[in-house]
Amino acid sequence: MWEYTEKVKELFLHPKNVGEIENPDAVGEVGSLVCGDALKLYLKIDRATGRITDAKFQTFGCASAIASSTALTELIKGKTLDEALKVTNQDLAEYLGGLPREKMHCSVMGREALEAAVANYRGEKPPEAEEGEIICQCYGVTDQKIRRVIQENNLHTVEDITNFTKAGGGCGSCIPDIENLLKNVWAEKTVEPPAAVKKKLTNIQKIALIQDILEREIRPLLQADGGDVELVDVEGNKVIVSLRGMCTGCLMADVTVKNIENRMKELVNEELVVEAA
Amino acid sequence: MKTVYLDNNATTRVADEVREAMSPYFSELYGNPSSMHTFGGQVHRNIEVAREKAAALINADPEEIIFTSCGTESDNTAIMSCLESAPHKKHILTTRVEHPAVLNFCKTMARRGYRVTFLPVDRSGSLNLEELKASITDDTAVVSIMYANNESGVIFPMDQISEIVKSRGAPLHTDAVQAAGKVPVDVRKVPVDMMSISGHKIHAPKGIGALYIRRGVRFIPYIIGGHQEKGRRAGTENVAAIVGFGVACELAKKHVNTATATVRQLRDRLEQGLLAACPDTRVNGDTHNRLPNTTNISFEYVEGEAILLRLNEYNICASSGSACTSGSLEPSHVLRSMGVPFTAIHGSVRFSLSAYNTDDDIEMVLRIMPGIITELRELSPYGREVKRSF
Repeated sequence: MWEYTEKVKELFLHPKNVGEIENPDAVGEVGSLVCGDALKLYLKIDRATGRITDAKFQTFGCASAIASSTALTELIKGKTLDEALKVTNQDLAEYLGGLPREKMHCSVMGREALEAAVANYRGEKPPEAEEGEIICQCYGVTDQKIRRVIQENNLHTVEDITNFTKAGGGCGSCIPDIENLLKNVWAEKTVEPPAAVKKKLTNIQKIALIQDILEREIRPLLQADGGDVELVDVEGNKVIVSLRGMCTGCLMADVTVKNIENRMKELVNEELVVEAA
Repeated sequence: MKTVYLDNNATTRVADEVREAMSPYFSELYGNPSSMHTFGGQVHRNIEVAREKAAALINADPEEIIFTSCGTESDNTAIMSCLESAPHKKHILTTRVEHPAVLNFCKTMARRGYRVTFLPVDRSGSLNLEELKASITDDTAVVSIMYANNESGVIFPMDQISEIVKSRGAPLHTDAVQAAGKVPVDVRKVPVDMMSISGHKIHAPKGIGALYIRRGVRFIPYIIGGHQEKGRRAGTENVAAIVGFGVACELAKKHVNTATATVRQLRDRLEQGLLAACPDTRVNGDTHNRLPNTTNISFEYVEGEAILLRLNEYNICASSGSACTSGSLEPSHVLRSMGVPFTAIHGSVRFSLSAYNTDDDIEMVLRIMPGIITELRELSPYGREVKRSF
């Protein structure tokens, strides 16, 4: 049983803005029957101001897909198209009080329907047809989409990519390709030692940098072996982390913490010590 | 609100008789059956009574039964024993529609160097017996084929299967977790070498199973330790659960024919009622060779999780093969193997009944369900296409 928030349950049982708009100014359609979820978004747009005056949807899918559709229409009504495009999939999830990780793809679908509708209104090519090679044949997910979602949501595991895009969730034969894609995306983004900043980091900059290194470099490595790490606190030059998953109780935990410390010393400053909480 | 429980292939309620029989073992009768003193020793006698009852359910001898912690342990133990008994043989033969307890175990063995054949099924969920015959080689260490499928309810012709497998000289294990207690199972008529059964599918508690090992079949234990179960399964006996399991087997055997007839009637009424009330629906799997308690119906253009959660509002419990109800987003491997189109898998709902279900339960579902399907189809962009495309 999924741990849905009360908000998700409420909006699944009593969805808002359901149906078609007659003579809509824009329609955005994403997903398909085969994929297991699909969303058709209808917009009424004031041509003079570019403001969305009405939004309705039809959704085929699970509880979180239906709730995400309500969230989307509620969030974009009254906004101009440019303002609406600033609504991210995280915003949709937040509106719902959070979604189970495995269901994040429902919020991504909402965001995509919006992009499709705006493209439709502006007479552009629908983003669905964006260039790219299909990686997941089962759900028809392209490498472009996977790359974008990895970056927008800071994803580090294949499991999460499946949660957010459904790629790899069908037969699973594309999982090695997704692994490669994941490696490539983050290899392009490895943290460079910010030589100039190294001398005078403010406390906030220091914490942000530590967090960044953990997210981009350390966590993917640990997650690959079923472990994980979280930043608990930074007190002066003492960085306190908490090991998770397979790292807890691992005989090599001390070595892991030492390695994290070495990398932190290298990238942030020589004085740092790392301790496990 | 009364709970309408139609998910008995997932688990069942513990029968009152079972719970009462178990109760003393949580209080005064706490002795260890292996102890020398009478206080513990008397418990041992009751384990043997339970063994007789479990054996009787499938017409085996009590000596041919060992108790395990669950169906999964029985499955793993049986397959592993066959592999270790013939270490030079490197081939495993099973089907694509097995329960994960067999399927994933075989996949793990494949990673350890075994060659595994997963036999396909046709649209009705049935095996091609010629293909089975052709797939057994001199290198086959074990054939493991389920008795009845948990999702579709399809029953495999175990008499013919065991004849074919025996004629090729390979050992045969069957996962009969869904069959035993729901249809008559007789190891004298169906000469399998090993058979796994489970307690919580037949109104015993969770955490108890049994493995039948035909007399004379080589057996190598899986759980190693003390001498319990005559050295065939170590670990202090789960006495209360074993005693409860015995009573559940006794009840199942006593009622298997009458209860089956009643359950079948209710199931058929539910199935026919839903097919009549909801357009664009289909039953998945062979409706002739099928467990009397199971129906698996696809409702096109709607998604299974949405159906289940709407039913949940009325305390109606069922399950679905939809991708959204699995933790992995993977739609049911059983329905996929049967060639059920993805669109129909997403909208599949399994109802599985037990002797505790009543006419009122079925009435309730027939009253609620068509409205839910209509509502969800109205919400769906495909709802309007229903009439056009079919």
